[in-house]
Amino acid sequence: MITAERKPISEIKEMIAPYRKILVVGCGSCVAECASGGEKETGLLASAIRMDAKSSGKDIEVREMTLDRQCVYEFIDQLNDVIADYDIVLSLGCGAGVQAVAEVFPKVHIVPALNTTFIGQTKEAGLWIENCRGCGDCKLGVFAAVCPVTRCAKGLFNGPCGGSKSDRCEVDPDVPCAWQQIVSRLQDRGRLDLLRKVHPPADWSKQQGKGPRKIYREDQRS
Amino acid sequence: MTTESRLKKILQSGKFAVTAECGPPKGADPEVVRNKGKILKDYTDSVNVTDNQTGVVRLCSLAACALLRAEGIDPVLQMVTRDRNRIALQSDVLGASALGIRNILCLSGDHQSFGNQPEAKGVFDIDSIQFVKTVRTMRDAGEVIGGDKLATPPQLFIGAVENPFADPLQYRATRLATKVDAGAEFIQTQCIYNIDRFKEWMGFVRDNGLEGKVFILGGITPLKSARMAEYMANNVAGMDVPDEIIRRMKSVPQKEQRQEGIRIALETIQALQSIKGIHGVHIMAIEWEDVVPQIVQEAKLFPRPQV
Repeated sequence: MITAERKPISEIKEMIAPYRKILVVGCGSCVAECASGGEKETGLLASAIRMDAKSSGKDIEVREMTLDRQCVYEFIDQLNDVIADYDIVLSLGCGAGVQAVAEVFPKVHIVPALNTTFIGQTKEAGLWIENCRGCGDCKLGVFAAVCPVTRCAKGLFNGPCGGSKSDRCEVDPDVPCAWQQIVSRLQDRGRLDLLRKVHPPADWSKQQGKGPRKIYREDQRS
Repeated sequence: MTTESRLKKILQSGKFAVTAECGPPKGADPEVVRNKGKILKDYTDSVNVTDNQTGVVRLCSLAACALLRAEGIDPVLQMVTRDRNRIALQSDVLGASALGIRNILCLSGDHQSFGNQPEAKGVFDIDSIQFVKTVRTMRDAGEVIGGDKLATPPQLFIGAVENPFADPLQYRATRLATKVDAGAEFIQTQCIYNIDRFKEWMGFVRDNGLEGKVFILGGITPLKSARMAEYMANNVAGMDVPDEIIRRMKSVPQKEQRQEGIRIALETIQALQSIKGIHGVHIMAIEWEDVVPQIVQEAKLFPRPQV
């Protein structure tokens, strides 16, 4: 999933300060899963804004709604009959959601309530970890399903750096050394031979070569 | 002016090599580099210049190597992949060769979060092994990454580093074999304080059939104080300073600790000289370059052979 964290309330308040009618829009997909922008969080943020306005004697109008997906037009269309009544949209979608909504309603001011962070996995309750950078050239089959691009702080393709000690990464001792994990797993599987060749430089053009990427599929167009 | 790597000639002639490290200043004064070079010149075969080590901004290693070269020193250009993409790295490799620099040490580099620019973007376009292979291909095949031909290939003796004290131990030797396959001709190791573990690693190196395929120089860093020993043990990534060494440093009064550090360094050099497959030492006296002549003399490695 795409993970995100809510911005500090002070930053959100500053963005919405000039406006009176505020539409708070959550997203029921990834950011709901990581408990930052789902229905519950959207409700909490809307209440916090209302309470803050009340305590400072400000007259505002806040409405909240949560779309199933903020990054898909069919769902964004649910805002059609509502959005014109508001001065600003405060989106709890990820960066893709905020931009998709803005594209559908180019005249409406829309601001993000979240900082979108990474593609990750729910490790345990309240803990999400980054494990994919969307490099466009997945090599997990070679690296025992541990992504060195994401999980090695230096993104090394040919074994651990000199800072790996007692299974820990030198950059953050709370983080396991990805290369230690790769080596141990391949050792257990009797496939250390996979590491015996020099892995060539990555093709980063698949990630960032020509600006924003797109996927175009003829079979999905009709 | 055609020059040759003195380090390569020393190693190929079977002599026990001595290299030392010169850390460039946090400033633009060339005299600092020249002065360090003057101290090291007669007591070493070649001098390494570190590349913004620990991610702290310093005078660039390429410029410092050119300054040393002008003083008649055979510099070893350290280059990290942390700060440059493949275009910049290959360009600097050509520039280094054009300036008469004949040795390169390819590293990934300390992570930027440790230095004085923790908000920097770490480049790591390629890693150290890919960099070794890139330089080797530039030199031997006259090609850059992707296959474009070079009008004139660079002339460089190619080195890499290895840390025998990092984990996983056994895989460290396999990784060294991969570095040698990639094209590394000499290896300089992390500072050695744990000689037992170093010997164990050298055993794996020999088991991997690397003897005779690569020159290995053992890393020596004389300790200045018990405090430094403790700091290195606890705060420097990838460093193995056994308690026994710390105790030994603490057992002497503070003003004699430098001398004790030198004694430990000399004992380590002596131990290394008797290990099969070790071809020299690399002395990294951090901001203490003027101790190098004393160590080289007392280790009976002076005068340096003429080649």
